[in-house]
Amino acid sequence: MMDAPRETRQIGRPLTRNEDPRLLTGRALFVDDVELPRMLHAAFLRSPHAHAEILSIDVSAVKARPGVVAVITAEDLGEYWQPGPLLVPPPPIAGMTFRQRCQVPLAKGVVRHLGEPIVMVVAESRYVAEDAVGDIVLEFATRPVLGDLEAAIVPGAPRVHEDLPDNIAAEVVQRKGDYAAARAGAAHIIRRRFWYDHGASMAMETRGIVADWDVKSDRLTVWDTTQAPVVIRNGLAAMLGLSERQVRVIAPFIGGGFGPKMMMFYPEEVLIPWIALRLERPVKWIEDRLEHFVATTHERGQLHDAELALDGNGRILGVRDEFLMDTGAYNPYGLTVPLNSQCTLLNCYDIPAYESRFRAVYTNRTLVTPYRGAGRQHGIFVMERLMDAAARELGLDRVEIRRRNLIPPDAFPYRNEIIYQDFAPLTYDSGNYGPILDAALDAIGHAGFATEKAKAKAEGRHLGLGVVCYVEGTGIGPYEGAKVRVQTSGKVTLATGIGTQGQGHFTAFAQVVAEQLGLDARDVEVTTGDTDQFDWGVGTFASRGAVVAGAATHGAAVEVRKKVLKAAAEHFECAEEDLVLDGGRVSIAGIPERHITLGALAQKANPLRGAVKPGTEPGLEATSYFGPEMGATAAGVHAMVIEVDAETLRPAILRYVVVHDCGTVLNPLILAGQIQGGVAQGIGNAFFEELTWSEDGQLLNASLADYLLPTALDVPRMELRHTVTPSPLNPLGTKGAGEGGAIPVGALYAQAIEDALDLPARGIEITEIPLSPSRLWEIVHGHD
Amino acid sequence: MKPAPFEWHAPASLAEALALKAAHGEEARFLAGGQSLVPAMNFRVAQPAILVDLNRVAGLDSVVEENGALRLGAMLRHARLERDATAARTHPILAEALHEVAHPQIRNRGTIGGNLSHADPASEMPAVMLALDARFGLRNAAGEREVAAADFFLGPLTTALRPDEMLTEIRLPALPPRSGTAFLEVARRQGDYPMMGVAAVVTLDAAGMCIAARIACCSAGPTPVAAPRAAAALLGTRLGEADIAAAAELLRDEVEPLGSVQASAGYQRHLAGVLARRALLLAKGRAA
Amino acid sequence: MTQRVPVTLTVNGTEFRREVEPRLLLSDFLRHEIRLSGTHVGCEHGVCGACTIRLEGAPVRSCLIFAVQADGMSIATVEGLAPARGQLSVLQQAFQDAHGLQCGYCTPGILMTMSAFLEENPTPSEDEVRHALSGNLCRCTGYQHIVDAVLLAARRLRESV
Repeated sequence: MMDAPRETRQIGRPLTRNEDPRLLTGRALFVDDVELPRMLHAAFLRSPHAHAEILSIDVSAVKARPGVVAVITAEDLGEYWQPGPLLVPPPPIAGMTFRQRCQVPLAKGVVRHLGEPIVMVVAESRYVAEDAVGDIVLEFATRPVLGDLEAAIVPGAPRVHEDLPDNIAAEVVQRKGDYAAARAGAAHIIRRRFWYDHGASMAMETRGIVADWDVKSDRLTVWDTTQAPVVIRNGLAAMLGLSERQVRVIAPFIGGGFGPKMMMFYPEEVLIPWIALRLERPVKWIEDRLEHFVATTHERGQLHDAELALDGNGRILGVRDEFLMDTGAYNPYGLTVPLNSQCTLLNCYDIPAYESRFRAVYTNRTLVTPYRGAGRQHGIFVMERLMDAAARELGLDRVEIRRRNLIPPDAFPYRNEIIYQDFAPLTYDSGNYGPILDAALDAIGHAGFATEKAKAKAEGRHLGLGVVCYVEGTGIGPYEGAKVRVQTSGKVTLATGIGTQGQGHFTAFAQVVAEQLGLDARDVEVTTGDTDQFDWGVGTFASRGAVVAGAATHGAAVEVRKKVLKAAAEHFECAEEDLVLDGGRVSIAGIPERHITLGALAQKANPLRGAVKPGTEPGLEATSYFGPEMGATAAGVHAMVIEVDAETLRPAILRYVVVHDCGTVLNPLILAGQIQGGVAQGIGNAFFEELTWSEDGQLLNASLADYLLPTALDVPRMELRHTVTPSPLNPLGTKGAGEGGAIPVGALYAQAIEDALDLPARGIEITEIPLSPSRLWEIVHGHD
Repeated sequence: MKPAPFEWHAPASLAEALALKAAHGEEARFLAGGQSLVPAMNFRVAQPAILVDLNRVAGLDSVVEENGALRLGAMLRHARLERDATAARTHPILAEALHEVAHPQIRNRGTIGGNLSHADPASEMPAVMLALDARFGLRNAAGEREVAAADFFLGPLTTALRPDEMLTEIRLPALPPRSGTAFLEVARRQGDYPMMGVAAVVTLDAAGMCIAARIACCSAGPTPVAAPRAAAALLGTRLGEADIAAAAELLRDEVEPLGSVQASAGYQRHLAGVLARRALLLAKGRAA
Repeated sequence: MTQRVPVTLTVNGTEFRREVEPRLLLSDFLRHEIRLSGTHVGCEHGVCGACTIRLEGAPVRSCLIFAVQADGMSIATVEGLAPARGQLSVLQQAFQDAHGLQCGYCTPGILMTMSAFLEENPTPSEDEVRHALSGNLCRCTGYQHIVDAVLLAARRLRESV
């Protein structure tokens, strides 16, 4: 019994969530729920132009308005005005170009995207602050707007950053094998141009910050809707000249993250703590939905020119891709998104040669940072569409061509040689892809679909099938930590540094602890996102929470288990091997009446009088850190049957199947929720959501009435199946699952709609996302 | 997104409300259900200095039937009209179209009079009013005038209402025997403003010949758009598939869709033809 | 001079008296004047449904009503759903059991919409649930578990009668 328990009691159970009662009764603290005495409210004047020179700012009328406490422009920030910081430095890739230009707290001289903050107003209420923003008089001289990627890289094009020679933010070439040789020996070359646009994450809770400087304790407390409280704490302390001890950042309950709340530092994150310190009054800023559309980061578009080289049997010999990626006006997030696209494009296939070049392009648009999938869906779309085109050219079934190219199960770890976003060579740790595909085909009714389709057609209905494969790089480093402590009550606390935005960490991590300590997961109290509780860590992103923080939690729980058994062995004067840890107590095997509770052991471990042995540490507590050498690669297949109204071109999803392999499952209920939510966002991306810009850079659909999030009527019931190939990279064998649901949906829609309307037979291919009924009509009738 | 300040009045009577509007003219806006006005105020696109809140005015929310004709109070909330048994019997197209108007929570608050006075050309109900040949009672402190729906909608968010007037009553003539109605739309999502919507009303004689037809579309131009030529083409036919297809083809040329973020004008025009055909077939089936 | 209007609202059975500016949104009144911050604000233009409360029993968007308009009226919010502290209503319990929430931000609005819906339609089909739910946006769940939760609650409510 020294090592892990013989059987899993907690991990893998569909336990309902510990956090739910608070959320269901309105007793969970979100940032805007923070109410403090004397609190002030901030509002921002934001750029109404995508690109302009600021000629003058007149705030005199604002200062006269009753209730206004402060009006701040870039000039007022003095030395505090600094661009940046660069959040993710580029990985070491030979020959790359990277030109960093980071966002600024308030625009000085030039505005480079719609919504860029120019003036901050602080007032007694948000209502008054907004009134005051309306009093500000600005003069602008507008500049040409860079929006179109190809136009932005034409020599002599106007520049987003005038101190740069052109609008290229980065250029990276990566190679595996010898593509030129592969191409020379190919029987078929499939070449296409693809446009893939990914929209805005639109968490139901917008961003928000409350900062409170406590004069008497000399401490700053910041409530922030961030996915990375520890990093914010460290950065704020450095910027404000405070010690880290003096700053506490709390990421309380957060209404959805999906990536953009991982961006750091937003201008408001820099400004609100600063002004609170200056005014010595608490200040709150809650982003409204209109601000959210232009001031919270997006993901957006990539233009790919890609080709696939195959032999006569449909085996891939190589892939070549060249793409442009819209990075927005600034690039604090480095190369994460395009590297994800570049690396994920290889998908689950055994590809001997790859040559990929991308250029990230500055535009006069809101910043681009990762949003659920983070560029992976762009790469998957390109690869899966090429496979569909190749199948047609070779006269192969689209499933068969995929099956022929899957990485075989004995080829893992499978090395793709190129560098991934985690700076490590891209290596798939483990996988077994054939059974995933088989399960998906079985669940969707692939064998009978041809008959089903023909029968429907006879009734004038148009059914289409889609089957798409994907991989998901998850669980990347560098590290997370966790602290586990047994309380004298017998309950156990766990603290970790990551933030949580609905992923069920309060429950899944409790299960990991409970597994080791033999107690009910309900008795494990989890704290995330409070730097006073735990202040080492990186953040919740890249589907890494369950993997990296989960593994750290496991490590800490294992250590505490050892301490518990050691203490109990001393108590009973027996060997640790003879002890059973279960039900919140330790007993002697075979003599259950001889037991001691975890609480009593915790009390004994913290004596108030007497002497302890030299070197004794108090308490039953351990802190552990986990940093994987590289990310774990999850995989899956989505399949759907769609019916398209051939006249209105409105689709309806009749069946949807997800088969996913993310290694060991901590909690299948939570996992199902992650996948279903991912698919819903994928559906939004594929068919509903598109940021629409005018020529002069205005966002034409900046409201939830016009930017279309899928509703309960747009997202179908999904059938989920799982295969389990544990990751060798962490002790629990887990892989991440946060993004997989969203990644393949665009490619799936394209394939299924083509199938339903028999478009290829009419010489039409779908090479772009997002689609809409109107866009489909243009594609179909532009062709007729 | 907080509204700018305004002065608020909540009169208890229609006379008082009209007097306030007469006193303040363009400065004042009536606040009915608020489901369009308040979002505009939150965005600060609308900043009325004075709001005359009609929600406490009694007697403006009735449904009165007279021999199949209906009189609807302007403050009748969508949800009530949608569930009204009388309206369901006399003019089933009302509930059919109202089901497409936003979502239940909005319909619980939004009013028919507010919706029509807002005059959004993408909105369903103005088109339905055209198809039903509705007449609107417009009142000011001095009295009432009646305006046909066709003369009420002048442009996007623009109506025949004068600054001192309020739309107080919607009057729907009775549908003759053997009439059938249908409303169909295509929206991106349930509850969105449609990319195209078609309201169709047809009346047959005892022999199955079409003796009256009215068709109107929303999201089809700067106002709700009637299609009199398409309707006229149906007269004297038996509403066979070819007759209906020919009318739908005419209607495609009668609408003037402007294109939007969600739909190109070409697609909208295409939808108008498809929906007109489907709505007419449905209406014909219901007329029998 | 800013106009201020005295209002009396009954929220979850408790009477609250305040003096407010006419422009104060009911959502802000609930959250910041009387500190019932369980009602969430997602868009302030009436689309997302997060701020849905029940006004005289009917679910409405609290961001599209001024607090002064609710003077003398009765309001129900998420804080009033549970029968007692430490307990959950049948609907709330079904949401936990079916994993009908993730970040929980949209949840109060959904609970208020669905509590009214189930009173009106105790035996809903899945399609009816989805229609009733279509005015509430959720960005986390993909709705499937929410639909499951509502159907589960409907069944339990029927069985308990």
